[in-house]
Amino acid sequence: MKTIMDLRNDLDSSKITSEELFNESVSKAHKYQDEYNSFVTILNEYEKQDSNSLLNGIPYALKDNFSTKGILSTSSSNILKDYVPVYDATVYKKLKEAGAVLVGKTVLDELAMGGTGTTAHTGIVKNPWDATRQIGGSSAGSASSVALGIVPFSIGSDTGDSIRKPAAFGGVVGFKPTYGRISRYGLFAFASSLDHVGCFTRCVEDAAIVTDILKGKDERDMTSLPDENIKYKDILNNDIKGKKLFYIKEITNLEMYKDAGEETLEVLTKFKETIEKCRELGFIVEEVSLDEKLLKAIYPSYMTISCAEATSNNSNLTGIPFGPRGEGNNINDIMFDARTKGFSELIKRRFILGSYILQKENQERLFKNAQRLRRLIVDKMNELYESYDAMILPASGGIAPLFEDSIDRMSDRYLILENHMAIANFGGFPSITIPNGFVNNMPIGLNITGPQFKDGETLNIAYKIEEKLGFKGLIKEEYDV
Amino acid sequence: MYKVTIGLEVHCEVKTNSKNFSSSRNTYSEYPNENIDTVDIGLPGILPVANKEAFRKSLMMALALNCKTPDVVMFDRKNYYYPDLPKGYQITQMEKPVGVDGYVMINVNGEDKKIGIHDIHLEEDTASMEHFSDYSLIDYNRAGVPLLETVTTPSIHSADEAIAFLETLKGIFLYTGVSEARTDRGQMRVDVNISLSKDDTLGTRTEMKNINSFNNVRLAIETEIKRQIEVLERGGEIVQETRRFDEEKMQTFSMRSKVDAVDYKYYIEPNIPPIKIEDSWIEEIKKDIPMLQYDRVQKYMNEYELSRYDSEIIVKDKLVSDYFEKTISLGCNPKSSANWITSVILGHLNKNDLKITEIYLTPKMLVELIDMVDSGKISSKQSKQVFAKCLEENKEPSKVVKELGMTQITDDKTIRDIVVKVLDEHPDLIEDHRKGKNTFDFFVGQVMKATRGQANPGLTANIIREEIEKR
Repeated sequence: MKTIMDLRNDLDSSKITSEELFNESVSKAHKYQDEYNSFVTILNEYEKQDSNSLLNGIPYALKDNFSTKGILSTSSSNILKDYVPVYDATVYKKLKEAGAVLVGKTVLDELAMGGTGTTAHTGIVKNPWDATRQIGGSSAGSASSVALGIVPFSIGSDTGDSIRKPAAFGGVVGFKPTYGRISRYGLFAFASSLDHVGCFTRCVEDAAIVTDILKGKDERDMTSLPDENIKYKDILNNDIKGKKLFYIKEITNLEMYKDAGEETLEVLTKFKETIEKCRELGFIVEEVSLDEKLLKAIYPSYMTISCAEATSNNSNLTGIPFGPRGEGNNINDIMFDARTKGFSELIKRRFILGSYILQKENQERLFKNAQRLRRLIVDKMNELYESYDAMILPASGGIAPLFEDSIDRMSDRYLILENHMAIANFGGFPSITIPNGFVNNMPIGLNITGPQFKDGETLNIAYKIEEKLGFKGLIKEEYDV
Repeated sequence: MYKVTIGLEVHCEVKTNSKNFSSSRNTYSEYPNENIDTVDIGLPGILPVANKEAFRKSLMMALALNCKTPDVVMFDRKNYYYPDLPKGYQITQMEKPVGVDGYVMINVNGEDKKIGIHDIHLEEDTASMEHFSDYSLIDYNRAGVPLLETVTTPSIHSADEAIAFLETLKGIFLYTGVSEARTDRGQMRVDVNISLSKDDTLGTRTEMKNINSFNNVRLAIETEIKRQIEVLERGGEIVQETRRFDEEKMQTFSMRSKVDAVDYKYYIEPNIPPIKIEDSWIEEIKKDIPMLQYDRVQKYMNEYELSRYDSEIIVKDKLVSDYFEKTISLGCNPKSSANWITSVILGHLNKNDLKITEIYLTPKMLVELIDMVDSGKISSKQSKQVFAKCLEENKEPSKVVKELGMTQITDDKTIRDIVVKVLDEHPDLIEDHRKGKNTFDFFVGQVMKATRGQANPGLTANIIREEIEKR
């Protein structure tokens, strides 16, 4: 399957035109829509600005929680089902200016809350490798549209692991850079202190290309970072000999998973094999032991903080200044009705949790304690980053789940293994998932998380490992497993 | 006797070009929903960008109120649902406001008092709403306008003190240029907390919110004190609650009790990183704070020996006070300048609804005019004519005096010659004068007539007296 650079060459040598590429993407999008449901909106008008960027003429898909002027942006929620924004998100604007061509807006878990891809108001998103399985979420359609080969890249958002988990389940690359590297202006906020913008691609080089376009200071986002005068693409091939990686014993130790299913054991075995390959490449890889209690605190802290922030962030959805107006005899009833009808049960549950967590009498015990745990975890990571260049771990404890299976994320065994990627959101660390082979004919992922601000270095490490593993540009149609 | 304790929370809109967290204009508009953008109506995906000018002015106000300013300032979210709050939360300051632990000196009927400032914090205003029988209208023009909330300690003990504090605070807003502080446009709104007790402990307090004129603050305080005394005298208890002051009925009514108080679920605003306040910035801002009313009054009374009454009249408007100080820096006698300003100029300004900077007479010209009177070049009466003509025709006083040929005759011999001539013509009237009849004014009048009013009146009177004596 073609990468951005392959398509770049085709376009530059006039083998194909940008419009033909767009039309190809659109027709594939329609072809797969009924079965996999990647899109909320598929565009039919080819629109492109002139540019000299590497993305000039390249088609892409955008998660439906980004504001696109004149184009429906639903966040896959009924409360925004007819919402057409009046302004452009910074990432969308940058991509437009880079000459990239928008193919469609992709399905997500409602308001980006959830990790299954099953809660959108337009239905579930299926895994291209096995339609009886989930693609994961919340950036479900962005993952599947790349995994299906509809577009070479797509944009997602990542608050807990919403890009990096579905990337693993879909056999594609998912990258979110350092917090603030890419502007969040125009991304519908879920949990502002954890929200990141990132991308899905078919290879690490493409992730670098897309990030090179998107990164930079935005006057509209006070948390955005100043411009760096480097292109990540240019440092991908840097020598990595002697660079140090670590993995966490309490997450990867096979001893802990004696009663676990075959798949988990295979995932962990594959991970250990990859470690060996890393050593062959010249990396120094060491096992590090962390306080298990701290690791077990990741998921509850994440839920506590994200639900609290989500409650506040989504308080603008009342149907008063915009959105479907509720019914009632007074202002409170009208807002109450709009929110009752507009959100699914899952969302309401999160809001109630968030509201409870922020209540004066609970805030110290729940919200503040979760923030303290977050700080402890980040401090521990930063301490490790003094000696290591990156952390590597399996992106998940298994393959993409079947729809009928619901993973109990709170069950002790998988509590850490399934949720550790939120560490990167806690600390705003650059974090990338790349394909790590197959288990039961389903792709699995390897996660690499670097220190804050070291986006180029993290991509460099991922690029070298990807080269060694050889799982670049996976796609079901073309890959006979 | 009950001891009254009052705390005030004063909301005042900050004067800036754009709103607190968006780039839409911060200006008074007659048309609803004219000054709004995506941020102000809380569209999905928007982010706040803190307004540096609002921030600088808030720090200036904190410093003017002798507050401590923190090294790092942060913003918090106050969460509640109401259509006037489009994001569903208000960005405000709880943990690290721009100023804490300050004070301000006020003067209440001649007595100096120190009022404690608990804190001063920057937040955003809400939209304004109008409610009708079966619908309501929302105007988002005000949504997001920078709002400074000044919270006093419970250190106010009467309605007079409360009003003196508010006048002083308003004066500081105007002097520093932080706000236009216009109550008629709802730019300054007051919450009042009142409690009564018989000893030094604080009684249970009630709160009245959003009172929009100082006069109503006075009435609300007086009304609520009266009510609380009645309750206590009956042996009743004051309930901690929010009450509403009804100015027509002159009563306060219970709105909601403490039990129903909203939990605003404050937490840190994640989209605005902590802002570091450099000492150099604080020093720079301090330099921009002019001497304030209270200190100017002290100075005028102590250094210039003006009365408190005149001093307070002059400092009421900073432009007038600055004008006055300019004349002094030009060497003018402070009392003459003050007299001119309070008795002549302010009258003219009020009558014509003008600012002192809008009249033709500059401080320099006023000093010139005063000098001409003091040196006897023109009479005091003439100077009033000159003033009027000067403003009427936009001409400098010296030019007006020249054009009117208006110089005063102060030469003894010239006047004496005229006096002798007048006396010679009326020997009978000199007789009448000696018999006790008042003919003196007639002689003065004749001299004035002969000199077209240019003879110095004092000198003329003396010479007439001397010449009559001689005969």
